[in-house]
Amino acid sequence: MLNMFTHARRMAGRALVGAAALTLAGGVAAQAQETIKVGVLHSLSGTMAISETTLKDTVLFMVQEQNAAGGVLGKKLEAVVVDPASNWPLFAEKARELIAKEKVAVVFGCWTSVSRKSVLPVFKELNSILFYPVQYEGEESERNVFYTGAAPNQQAIPAVDYLMANEGVQRWVLAGTDYVYPRTTNKILEAYLKSKGVKAEDIMINYTPFGHSDWQTIVADIKKFGSAGKKTAVVSTINGDANVPFYKELGNQGIKATDIPVVAFSVGEEELAGIDTKPLVGHLAAWNYFQSVDVPENAEFIKKWQAFTKNDKRVTNDPMEATVIGFNMWVDAVEKAGTTDPDKVIDALIGVSVPNLSGGYSTMMPNHHITKPVLIGEIKDDGQFDIVEQTPGLIVAEEWSPYLEGSKDLIADWRKPLACGNFNVKTGKCGGAGN
Amino acid sequence: MSFPARLRSLGCTLLVALTALCAVALNSGRVQAQDISAPLAQLTQDNYGATEAALGALAVSGSPAAAGIVAALADGKLVYSTGTPRQLFIQAEGALLDPVTLQPVTDPPAVKPVRVNNRVRRAVEAASGTLSLVSPDPAKRLDAAVAVARSRDAAALPALDLALSKESDAKVKSAMTLARASIVIGQAGTSDADRIAAIATVGAEGNQDALAILRSVPADASPAVKDAAATAISGIERNLAMWAVAQNVWYGLSLGSVLLLAAIGLAITFGVMGVINMAHGEMVMLGAYTTFVVQELIRTYNPGLFDLSLIIAVPLAFLFTGLIGVIIERTVIRFLYGRALETLLATWGISLILQQAIRTLFGPTNREVGAPSWMSGSFELGHMSITYGRLWIIVFAMLVFVALLATLRLTRIGLEMRAVTQNRRMAASMGIRTNWVDAMTFGLGSGIAGIAGVALSQIDNVSPNLGQSYIIDSFLVVVFGGVGNLWGTLVGAMSLGVANKLLEPYAGAVLGKIALLVIVILFIQKRPRGLFALKGRSIEA
Repeated sequence: MLNMFTHARRMAGRALVGAAALTLAGGVAAQAQETIKVGVLHSLSGTMAISETTLKDTVLFMVQEQNAAGGVLGKKLEAVVVDPASNWPLFAEKARELIAKEKVAVVFGCWTSVSRKSVLPVFKELNSILFYPVQYEGEESERNVFYTGAAPNQQAIPAVDYLMANEGVQRWVLAGTDYVYPRTTNKILEAYLKSKGVKAEDIMINYTPFGHSDWQTIVADIKKFGSAGKKTAVVSTINGDANVPFYKELGNQGIKATDIPVVAFSVGEEELAGIDTKPLVGHLAAWNYFQSVDVPENAEFIKKWQAFTKNDKRVTNDPMEATVIGFNMWVDAVEKAGTTDPDKVIDALIGVSVPNLSGGYSTMMPNHHITKPVLIGEIKDDGQFDIVEQTPGLIVAEEWSPYLEGSKDLIADWRKPLACGNFNVKTGKCGGAGN
Repeated sequence: MSFPARLRSLGCTLLVALTALCAVALNSGRVQAQDISAPLAQLTQDNYGATEAALGALAVSGSPAAAGIVAALADGKLVYSTGTPRQLFIQAEGALLDPVTLQPVTDPPAVKPVRVNNRVRRAVEAASGTLSLVSPDPAKRLDAAVAVARSRDAAALPALDLALSKESDAKVKSAMTLARASIVIGQAGTSDADRIAAIATVGAEGNQDALAILRSVPADASPAVKDAAATAISGIERNLAMWAVAQNVWYGLSLGSVLLLAAIGLAITFGVMGVINMAHGEMVMLGAYTTFVVQELIRTYNPGLFDLSLIIAVPLAFLFTGLIGVIIERTVIRFLYGRALETLLATWGISLILQQAIRTLFGPTNREVGAPSWMSGSFELGHMSITYGRLWIIVFAMLVFVALLATLRLTRIGLEMRAVTQNRRMAASMGIRTNWVDAMTFGLGSGIAGIAGVALSQIDNVSPNLGQSYIIDSFLVVVFGGVGNLWGTLVGAMSLGVANKLLEPYAGAVLGKIALLVIVILFIQKRPRGLFALKGRSIEA
């Protein structure tokens, strides 16, 4: 007990010293020269703190690294951290505070789609830049937002392809938490599976409330659905917190990955840190990055990150990589434009290409999404992933899914003269459905 | 002709397998080991397809080394040297062993483990099943038969037939017969009579697995076979549907016991004392974190005690959260008695403070609370699967309920609590220190919530948000059951649990929950005092 508390206190102490140093550095720098402010809009309290706190740390880490390398345009960067407390309307207020009052040049933030939708009008009105680092359901492309997480075709569809080809899966359970990301993703997946000849009776769709903790009935249903004589898999868009009881129940009811594999889109290294992973060995996750990616760039990053957090067990994950890529892209674009003026930086960002952490390059495309490799990993007993498949090349995001009725004719291209996020190729007009 | 290609010819496989099995079973010492260099070379390629093929070859190779190699692969102990030519080794403690001779190699090279994925894992199960069908240990043979039945690997059929002809143990024999039937049903070229016999064997099992096997009857089977399968399937389905109801009731009781645990502390602080205690959920959370700290200490200082960690955590959680409860009562709540709105806001504030304190101390991410071995796994009761964890939680919830009831009925402090809640001034004039009793009552309620946290740490996330997800359900249970009545809380929790689980299969988890909420609201309209309304003068006070 003593040990842990002193440790926690030391950590808290360090955080305080760090914060003090940061303010101090900011203060001194402000006297010496002007700084460029970078806004961080991630929940540090409330339900989403579990996921978003790490991303706040990531931005602080990147700012420190960039300043050590000489800053941007000869100026030091200064991070401004606010806490929207997992409260969606508060996201909009805090975004306004960052842009209007703090005059930040760029904001890194949001996790849930609803928080992104909530800040969108603010970014449009005040014309600023948001980097959004989480995989999401697509069906959006905005001038002021740059999406560095995966669109459904950069995560969900390759995962399903892998299961079909390698595990011979013919029957599908699409299980998700009841909100927009799982619902849209499952709609896309259902249409995709049907286009591959899967019959309707071989697809089971199931939604559960946020934080669902009693999985007995649903796991029993999955078991029953899986006993129809065809190989069955679960595609899980279950949101972070509900996963722990879900996997515990799978383990308890004796469903092993060799019987019914579960491929998850929201379970990464961070989430697994809270679970005993032995019963989960072999279940899968699809991401664009895993901590176990075996390339020198990644080893270097992990080393620096663990030194920064002073914790040699601190894990890395996919949204962190997306934050890193977004940060580096912004730095490159500002250097290219020679200014932090939002209009110029927005134009300069398209075409910027920076190294990702899996040994390749990611490029910002005209649809404000980036190119990514897709990796499929199997959970190992140490909470890391064994990468069992990697797409040979980079995949370009389909922000408007070709599998959905309302969006298949839409494209996004923010280059002039088109400069439109929802151009309908059939009617030739900007402003299609979904917006 | 390469080795795997040779394997594909069934006749050859049969021959190889038979020789192999004779070799192992009869005179394994004298017969020369088969040449397994080809599959070993395949294993060093570290390619899933090649590994799978090599496993198939090893399973029927008859080499005495095969079982060891397959087991090493399953444990992640099979490694290969990265230099050229690649060589295969088994990793043992501090040394690399030659996979065939099992002698340590001198001058060990740099090695990497042969990777496994789900496909390979399945092949490992099938191969080790085939290999241990002739093991001298009946328990191993039983496991092997079960593994073969699961893998339904046609290549194992010759080995299975041979093992079956020698088998004397009745239990193992029936498992092997089932395994054989499972394979035969789906195999092309089986005669109708064989198939129908196999369907009867599998159908007699009557469980989900049997359904899966029966549904795999090939589409080109004769109508007689299809009829037999269809009859067997519909019989099993009818039977299983009945069991499903029982299973749902069981799930409902299990959910009910969780609700009971979460609500029972509130039944004291809110039900008996009338404090709208929004920090109740945080007491549950503190109990869960106490469990985490206890487990961490045990892991560090005495890992042997791990199985007892929950039992140790229960009294500690009770004392710790009880103490916090007393502090809250003494510093905040006692100034606010009789002012419901202020209590609500103050306890809500306390809940936020506690959440953020835990977040600062332990971090925002989930903490891992392990399950002791006696709470892991499940057993079958008829066609119902019962997990030990849930069973213990039901038992635990009942124990807590009985203990609390006994405390209120049989002890002096219980008597004083009842006296104070029924008529504070009269109790005071009888010499009871009502202030002290208030603090103890609130402490008791909080302590019980902490105990609930120990149990809930087994099924839910241990995170700062743990309490929030239970607070609404807890109030629902207490209000529905009848404020101030412990029996009401018990019946309320169980009926809400069972109703929820019976609704869920039809309405889905989301709609089920909404429906239940609506039903409870309507019920409260009809009976504002809940299921078991307190009668008499006490409620007017």
